[in-house]
Order: sequence, then C-alpha cells, then structure tokens
Amino acid sequence: MADVTSVPSQAVRAARHARRIAAQDRFATGVLTAIVGLVLAVLVAIVGYILVNGAGKLFDVSFLTSKPEQFRAGGGIGPELFNSFYLLVLTLVISVPVSLGAAVFLAEYAPDNAATTVAKTAIETLSSLPSIVVGLFGFLFFVLQCGWGFSILSGSLALTMFNIPILVRTIQQALEAVPRTQRDAGLALGLTKWETTIHVLLPAAMPAIVTGVVLSAGRVFGEAAALIYTAGQSAPALDFLNFDLTSASCPWNVFRPAETLAVHIWKINSEGVVPDLEAVSNGTAAVLMVCILAFNLLARWAGKAIARRLTAE
Amino acid sequence: MSDDRVTPVLETRGCTVSYDLTHEALHPVDLSFEQGGTTALIGPSGCGKSTFLRCLNLMNREIPRCRVGGDILYHGENVNSTDVDTFELRKSIGMVFQQPTPFRKSIRENVLFAPKRHGVTDKAVLDELLETSLRRAAIWDEVKDKLSRSALALSGGQQQRLCIARTLAMRPDVVLLDEPCSALDPISTFSVEETIRDMAADGICVVIVTHNMEQAARVSDRTAFFYMGQMVECGPTERLFASPADSRLEDYLTGRFG
Repeated sequence: MADVTSVPSQAVRAARHARRIAAQDRFATGVLTAIVGLVLAVLVAIVGYILVNGAGKLFDVSFLTSKPEQFRAGGGIGPELFNSFYLLVLTLVISVPVSLGAAVFLAEYAPDNAATTVAKTAIETLSSLPSIVVGLFGFLFFVLQCGWGFSILSGSLALTMFNIPILVRTIQQALEAVPRTQRDAGLALGLTKWETTIHVLLPAAMPAIVTGVVLSAGRVFGEAAALIYTAGQSAPALDFLNFDLTSASCPWNVFRPAETLAVHIWKINSEGVVPDLEAVSNGTAAVLMVCILAFNLLARWAGKAIARRLTAE
Repeated sequence: MSDDRVTPVLETRGCTVSYDLTHEALHPVDLSFEQGGTTALIGPSGCGKSTFLRCLNLMNREIPRCRVGGDILYHGENVNSTDVDTFELRKSIGMVFQQPTPFRKSIRENVLFAPKRHGVTDKAVLDELLETSLRRAAIWDEVKDKLSRSALALSGGQQQRLCIARTLAMRPDVVLLDEPCSALDPISTFSVEETIRDMAADGICVVIVTHNMEQAARVSDRTAFFYMGQMVECGPTERLFASPADSRLEDYLTGRFG
C-alpha cells in the first residue's frame, strides 16, 4: 500500500529531475556559446582592425615591392617581405629534419632511463623559453662569438633554436599517439624497427606532423623578438639579378642583415621617423597577417596532398 | 619417441617468460606444433596464453624488461638466442592481432609492402602475390576494384581479413593468431575461421589464441589450456572438451570461472 502513494511522487520527482537537467543543459550550452562568441568577436575585431587600417597599402604594388625609406614618406616593404619568407624557409629547412630525427629517436629508440627523462624535460623547458632570451643568446653566440654579425644565418639559427623544441614535442606526440599495435604489426611482418618507423609510423602520424609544422611556421613567420638582435633591423635594398653571394644586395646572401616584416613593425613604431609611419606600420601588419593566412592555407593544402600520396586516402 | 617422427615445425622446451627478472608470467611450457595442424590456446584472461603466443615469433623481445627463457625450436633449431635474426624468422612465422592493424596505406601496399621490403621486385610476381593472398583471406572479391584505396576505409572485418592476407603474402609456414575474431561480427568471424581451416589444409601450422570455446572446437584439432601462467593440459580438442583430465579445465569449461 505504501507503494501506491509513493508512485505519483516518484513520477513527480523524475519529471522535476528531467526539467532540472534540461535547464542545466540549456544553461551550459548558453555559457559555452557565449565564450566562443566572445573569442570570435575579439578575433574578428583584431583581424578587421588590421585589415581595414592596412587595406590601402595591402594592394599597393609599389608598397609591396619598393625598399623602405628612412626619412621620407612613401617607403615600401619589398625586402622585408622577401626576408620574412627566406628566413622562414631556411629555418624550416634546418629545423624540420633535425626535429624529425630527434623526435623519432625520443619516441622510438631512446631507452627509458634518466638521461632520456632529462632530455625530454629540457626540451619541454626550451619550448617555453621566452623568444627574447633565444634572441639574446643568438646575439651573443652567433652574432658575436661566431662573428656572423647581424645576418640571415644568425637569424635563422636563432629561429631554429626557438622552433626545434616545439617541433620535437609535436612530432614526438604525434608518433606516440600511433597505436602500439601498428608497431607490433610492422615488426611481426619481419620489418626492422627502422622500416617500421619510416614506412608505418611516420605515414600514420603524418597529418598531425604536418599540422604541427604549419603551426610552428606561423609562429616563426611572425616572430620578432628572436630576430631583433640576430637578423638585425636593417634591410639593404635587394637586387634579384645579383648572384654574387658576398654582396649585401644579393637576396640569397646569408651573411647580409635582414629585417623581417614583424621586426619592421616593431622598429618603425619604436624609433621610426618617417612621416607616414602609421600607414606603413598598419600596411605591414596587414601584409604580415595575410601572408600568414595564405601560407597556412597553402601549407594545409600541401600537407593534405602529401598525406594523400603517402596514405592513399 | 620413435626416430621416424617428423620434426615439429615449432616446439618449445621449458619456455618461460618473466618481467623485471622476478615476476614469472609464464611457467615452463613444453608444446610442439606440427605442419598442417591447428592448435587452440584457451584459458581465462591473464592466464599467459597470449604471452606464450608472443614467444613463438619472439615478439616478447620488443617489450622492455621482458625475458624469455627456455628453448624455442623452429625446424629443430633453437631460435631463442640473441644471434638469431628475428626479422628473417618473422618472415616465416606470421602473426595476426586481436585488433585489425591495417597500415595507413592503400590496400595493395598493405599486402605488398613487406614482400617488397624483403626483396620481391618483379611486378608480375607481386601482382600474383597480391591476388592469391587476398583470395586466400577471402577478401579479393570485395576489394579487387579498389586496390589503390586506403585500407582504413574498409570495415573492421575486412581490415582483419586484409591483415591475414598481408601475413599470407609472406608465404609463412606458421601463422599465429591472437584472438583474431574478438572484434568481429559473426559473418566476418565465419569467413576468418574458413580461412584458418584453409591455411591448415595448405600445410601451414596454425596457432590460435581464443576466448571462444566454440571457435576452438570449430577450427582446431588440438587444444592447450592455460591457467595462471601454466600450461595445464593439452590434447586433441574433442577429447579435451569431452573429458577434461584436470579439474581446473573442467571448472573453466563449465563456466565456473573465467
């Protein structure tokens, strides 16, 4: 008989509970949507501000190709634009193979001992090192000690130091995320550890590796602090017909100083005296942003193409 | 033991496995596996049957701090020694795992990748190998029109049959299967079992770890029961299931544990 009275109250309790969790669900969805909306709004505001302010210069061919002016209005960012890409390519050419090797070793070959733990901890610490510290180290070591001066070489090596820890970590994590069974399957077919790593694990980890490289490339492209004291703050005018690798105007000369877009923004804002300082600064910022965007899109497309070739997907 | 007895393809004598030099995961096991025979290894989870299976192609060597003791004789030669080339050995002793493990490659590359690495280069030979292997694993008809598509797009059952084809492409004389059907639907299970029977009929020595008694009964002619790191009883499958000698096996078969 006690059941008869408790049945309706149980149903009421269940209904109340259902209403409460439904309300909770609506509330949580609302909060999360608001957070995403806020983040998007900030992003759109920044991107919009940069684009609107820099729009005038963004499609101005002479701004994109001519050399900067020291005192007069109307200077361009041609050399900076080239330098940014050249430094990025050089940095990736050095840091991707090195990071790949280090990550493969750490993920697949390193014995599980104290030395490996120390190495992994050191890499993690390095990946959070402030870039200005990397820049000053580069200044002391590459610029002064090695005597390479403010140069593309010093700059790209500083960027490499800044980039390697991040790349090693992402590639290592990508490799470690490949299921253990893939390794076993490779070894069980009589493949060596090396063959298994190169032909089974790397293709399986490739999409994550490509994403990691692209993200790190974006960071490198926009990096200023590590370059101010290594690649320098001056951009000699470049002559693309000059192939004398010792000449300062030869674009490919790695011993010439090379101010990049990000460094240019920093420099004209801190010590620039040109009358159209604000327009140049805004224009450079817009170009830098569009470049990063274009580069990311391109790299993503290329990454997909590579992955498709490797994985038949 | 008579002299005219055929040398077993694979034989273990006092095979043990221990971790960290102290914990003995597998107590000495003496078993032999004949050409064309199918042996099922059964027992509750953690009984050591998979650990034992992984001794047979020296896969336990890949696990740090794992030590395999005793003799493992392949065609009468002890392979449990450091100077044996495990890579050569694993060409002849194939293994199929519990979860399908297709590589992130095309179906064709999944099957032909290992033979290519082992030096087969003639395109005609490779094409022939591809078709025979896929046919033997009963998956040819399903994939023949999409050989250059990714293996990851196949269903779980198809992936497992592809993995069997990949193993068969090495032309092994022993195939080890570690619960190959536990992730599969009944229809895929049926076709994998068919393939297992065909392999044995082709003279391959098959060793299969399984949780499923009916499966052991369907595919094997001999069964070995493992319990708590020990090989308790081994004999013809029918006899073992009909009249187990050991009370632990009887308890297991009647579902009192495991």
